[in-house]
Amino acid sequence: MRSPMTFRDHHNEGRIFSTRLLWSAAIVLVLMGVLAGRMFWLQAIQHDRYITLSDKNRVQTQAIAPPRGLIFDRRGELLADNQPDFSLALIVEQVPNIHDTLALVAEKIALEEADIERFWRRVRSPRRPWEPVPLRARLTEEEIARVAVVQHEMPGVRIDANPIRHYPHDELFSHVLGYVNRINAEDLERMTLDEQANYSGTHFYGRLGVERHYERLLHGRVGFRKVETNARGRILQVLEQIPPLPGEDVHLHLDIRVQQAAWDALGERRGAVIAMDPRDGGILAFVSRPGFDPNLFVTGISHRDFSTYRDDLDRPLFNRALQGQYPPGSTLKPITGLAGLDAGVTDWQRTMWDPGYYRLEGQSRVFRDWRRQGHGWVDMHKSIVESCDTYFYDMGFKMGIDRMHDFKVRFALGDRTGIDLPGEARGIMPSRAWKRAVRGEPWFHGDTINASIGQGYMLTSPLQLAVSTAIFARRGEPVVPRVAQLTPPASPIEPALSPESRHWDRMTAAMVDVVHGARGTARAMGQGAKYRIAAKTGTAQVFSLGKDEEYNAEEIAERLRDHALIVGFAPADNPAIVVAVLVENGGSGGSSAGPVARQVMDAWLLNEAGELEIPPAAIPGAIPALMAEHR
Amino acid sequence: MNTEFLRQMPSSRSFATNGSGLLWRLHLDSPLLAALLVLCGGGLLVLYSAGDSNADLVVRQAIRLGGGFMALLILAQVPPRTYRFWAPVVYAGGLALLVLVLFIGTEAKGAQRWLTVPGVGSFQPAEIMKLAVPAMVAWYFSERSLPARFRDVVLVLVITLVPVLLIARQPDLGTSLLVAAAGLLVLFVAGLSWRLILAALGLLAVAAPLMYFFVLHPYQRRRVDTFFNPEADPLGAGWNIIQSKTAIGSGGISGKGWLNGTQSRLDFLPESSTDFILAVLAEEGGLIGVLMLLGLYLAVIGRGLFISWHAQETFSRLLASSLALTFFIYVFVNIGMVSGLLPVVGVPLPLISYGGTSIVTLLAGFGILMSIHTHRKLMSH
Repeated sequence: MRSPMTFRDHHNEGRIFSTRLLWSAAIVLVLMGVLAGRMFWLQAIQHDRYITLSDKNRVQTQAIAPPRGLIFDRRGELLADNQPDFSLALIVEQVPNIHDTLALVAEKIALEEADIERFWRRVRSPRRPWEPVPLRARLTEEEIARVAVVQHEMPGVRIDANPIRHYPHDELFSHVLGYVNRINAEDLERMTLDEQANYSGTHFYGRLGVERHYERLLHGRVGFRKVETNARGRILQVLEQIPPLPGEDVHLHLDIRVQQAAWDALGERRGAVIAMDPRDGGILAFVSRPGFDPNLFVTGISHRDFSTYRDDLDRPLFNRALQGQYPPGSTLKPITGLAGLDAGVTDWQRTMWDPGYYRLEGQSRVFRDWRRQGHGWVDMHKSIVESCDTYFYDMGFKMGIDRMHDFKVRFALGDRTGIDLPGEARGIMPSRAWKRAVRGEPWFHGDTINASIGQGYMLTSPLQLAVSTAIFARRGEPVVPRVAQLTPPASPIEPALSPESRHWDRMTAAMVDVVHGARGTARAMGQGAKYRIAAKTGTAQVFSLGKDEEYNAEEIAERLRDHALIVGFAPADNPAIVVAVLVENGGSGGSSAGPVARQVMDAWLLNEAGELEIPPAAIPGAIPALMAEHR
Repeated sequence: MNTEFLRQMPSSRSFATNGSGLLWRLHLDSPLLAALLVLCGGGLLVLYSAGDSNADLVVRQAIRLGGGFMALLILAQVPPRTYRFWAPVVYAGGLALLVLVLFIGTEAKGAQRWLTVPGVGSFQPAEIMKLAVPAMVAWYFSERSLPARFRDVVLVLVITLVPVLLIARQPDLGTSLLVAAAGLLVLFVAGLSWRLILAALGLLAVAAPLMYFFVLHPYQRRRVDTFFNPEADPLGAGWNIIQSKTAIGSGGISGKGWLNGTQSRLDFLPESSTDFILAVLAEEGGLIGVLMLLGLYLAVIGRGLFISWHAQETFSRLLASSLALTFFIYVFVNIGMVSGLLPVVGVPLPLISYGGTSIVTLLAGFGILMSIHTHRKLMSH
């Protein structure tokens, strides 16, 4: 068999081979022992650790986001609801080539650079394999159809439906409702651990307005379920489930008819309208124009849309009603008048001659009345009806700033009203202490004289004007304005005058003459009214332009005009609505702001047949007893 | 041992009518065959679970096993001298095919390993080398006297490393490793001096880092990185080994029960029916199942070494021991890899992992072992 080419020592060869074979057997045994030992280590000694890991793989605790509460107006009209949104997501593990797929998707739907950037960020951050990574939200039906047709060519591409916030009235309620958008790391950082857990399934967070103020109420309580999933994240069985507690629905005082009337009456002009039920402090209309479309913000506003809003000279994102600061001008004359009467520096009989200006004794500085030729002989009533400045210069000087300040703060001026909306401006009700602290200067007589006609340092928001007018209508009884129909908190302000004071009736009568009198400054708004209106007009001077506003002669001429203001309530003898209107650069309060206020009042006080029918207050118990008794 | 002794006396058994007598006439070794059948049968059970109770998969694997046992049966009939005679020719032919693969091979999963014969099918020439290389080396030593001398070592290294490098270029690290092992193991049993072995190991220790930087493909380098620190990329490269260890460890002593392994059934364990099938067995059968498997493997390897011990001439001895030890290398590399002792190398669990030509090659190898055992002549001493 074997070719004996060389001499071979068969015995020796056999010995060598046998030795090596024994060595091999020994090595095999040792290494098999190593394997067995390794298995023993993993399966017997480390078993507990790995069984935990294996359960962690298999069993997942998933948060179930509670459905967000809905927002209704007082008529039950839906102002904010939740609607399914279709979004396109990629299961990266199923996608053969992400770049190719992105290119394919981009042919079918519009993709912005920001979408793709956000997508890559999510792909690269730590995540569970097989979890869909969102690429774009808010697919249109056409886009869904276009993707659906070619979806079989794009493995890993899927379209999901998730509920998102929807505002059916678009701009109309933008400044009062606010909006929700994606919750972010900073939102979560501000929360306690418990709150963070409560938001573990939630994608949205209230940003402004009612959505922000009532975030906790609207959000609800998160639910959980323990599920067994496979590695692809598919749920195989639910092991345990705690259902979420849905967010509560919030019913507002707002009335869509009044809101719509205010919106339409303002038209394309910049400005704000606040309508309030003085009986319970409920906000009936809250308008700031221009508004914005809150729906654009929900899934992340595009850069283009945001720049449009940001760069608009009319500042649509600015909440004029809540944050705008305007000199109240003559609208505060009734309250200033009450202050003078209360201080005893004047009475209803006292008259004085108005030559068209006022000069302090021994000083050359002249304070002009808005009517150059003067109002002639004037008393308190006429000074309200015709808005005589000279009478108020004289009265204010005699009263002094201290008494004027102490009286007016009781009308919610110079501080937040406490409305249930975030970001309210304080306004300024100047005093000696204020001027020293802020300006570092002493108080001058001239400051008092300016303050007595609502100019100078004084600033108020349209909301504050409405609230101070409501306190007037409530005969000094303070009130905290409310957007939502929930129990209002007690006002920290003390009443200014006793409700029995005879001054209320006479001052109200003067304000009625502003509208219905032959020489009233708001005659325009009273025509054809089916109820008596008490009101006071005002104009606020525009001193300067913002630094970064571009020069445009025509534009500036328009934007240098005075702001038109009016405050009022109706019916005069039984107030059921208070309205404050601001029209930026509107000129005269009576002619431009007045008709707006009238339309808002009509929307509330008249029924569909056009007859007077006063709606009941939303919260009857809130009507102050003394105010009701006095009627 | 007693029956073994009897089996060496064909004259006294040639008229026996029992099964083992029939098997003997068919040139089959009954202990080895029994161990292989139990192993393959148990493997099918594990595969059924690993493949999500997919009967199709099991049927296809069974057909493949059937093919393998056919090959075993056929190769067992061929006397060892025929193998020795043809060894150089088959080796040269296999080498030619490997070169051919480089140029006209079919590509799959980034590697060019397959040769397609139109109308017949495709096969991996590298599989031929798993048998051809040890046969060739054994043939070489059958012409020389033992122990291996330095000149022999150099020549054997050339014989072994040329196909190994060709296979590594495809790239197929797992197969090239096994082919290298098959050739070098012959060298070892042929009596390569311990000094040279230690020198080679020392050289390897020095060369390993250089290999890492200059020879390995990036995907291979990543596997090495992952081996040293699987937690560095738990969702990517480390995923396989973490999930595999989790599957094994969570099985415990007695396992989660057949068809009840959550790691494999819920798809956390990748490649659960191929390279990582041991993790399925370990999860569902526990340490007990694993030890039973190791016992079976030990029986197969032990029987292989027993056959080499009793082989009568150099070629048979060397070839038989190389085949048995290569089988052990399979077992060790796969289980070591799946349990995190070794880096991830694409070596299947022999006879159990789903797929491929490797099952047929393995069983063919056992056919050769049986041929060696059953074609012995009675010796007087």
